[in-house]
Amino acid sequence: MVTLALPVTSFDLVRSSMENFTPLSAIIGGALIGVSAVMLMALNGRIAGISGIFSGIATAGRGDRSWRLSFVAGLVAAPLIFGFVAGEMPAIEITSSWPLIIIAGLLVGFGTRLGSGCTSGHGVCGLSRLSLRSIISVGIFMIVGVIAATLMRHVFTGGTGSMG
Amino acid sequence: MRNLAALLAGLVFGAGLVVSQMINPKKVLDFLDVAGGWDPSLGLVIASALAVTAIGYRLAWRASRPAFDERFQVPTSRTLDKRLMIGAVMFGIGWGLVGLCPGPALAGLSLAHPSVYVFVAAMTVGMALFEIAQIVRLAMKGSRTYK
Repeated sequence: MVTLALPVTSFDLVRSSMENFTPLSAIIGGALIGVSAVMLMALNGRIAGISGIFSGIATAGRGDRSWRLSFVAGLVAAPLIFGFVAGEMPAIEITSSWPLIIIAGLLVGFGTRLGSGCTSGHGVCGLSRLSLRSIISVGIFMIVGVIAATLMRHVFTGGTGSMG
Repeated sequence: MRNLAALLAGLVFGAGLVVSQMINPKKVLDFLDVAGGWDPSLGLVIASALAVTAIGYRLAWRASRPAFDERFQVPTSRTLDKRLMIGAVMFGIGWGLVGLCPGPALAGLSLAHPSVYVFVAAMTVGMALFEIAQIVRLAMKGSRTYK
């Protein structure tokens, strides 16, 4: 499917969506993320915002650290456990260059602290509370994310990433 | 009990990222890249997570307090300031460049992928830089008031 990147015809969109779209696993996986957020609220009274939980391991008060470490431990262990049970490790495909990965990591780290949250804290927990801050944050990072990803794949890669 | 609850919640969160394949940056970029080969899965993941959380939170808040802690701790800030927006722009750029956000990046640590290690290291440095910037800002503010 080597065509010009823009504009995409509606036929292309529908066809490629059918190829990549995984609706059932998206709904089940999303529901599990929701269940996790509800568990953390109902049991510990906390928002399941990963950037906040993670950074708090270093910055939170003394009695406020161990649950954060426990949550991250569960998060890190989950793919391994899942992989052993399923007999196949989950796929991770990253083709970005090292400098790009480092720049992206720095931006994600600094930006999520400055903006008080990421996809989980603002995107899932904040939107479900109808927080105006979260609605604005998600609107901005979605639009910027779309622009960054689209430019990265189609303009700055010399055309190699123009089609999936 | 708080730690056990958090551990379980972390496991379920990670399982959700694996099942939905959001642990894979390519899957995330296939959503964010709207110029060809668009994959709507991420949108459906968020919609599904939102539906469960919106209902679940309201049920949870019927209790006077969480099971293992004294009170619900929900953000109370309502200010729409530059920090919120600039932070979202920075996060959006970083997320769109590689397709990794904090959840999938941390969950991916167990899969021994060098790129994920480098990303998480850089992300941690980014968070540390923010803390340093905060301290510097406060110090400068303090010195100004003394003048």
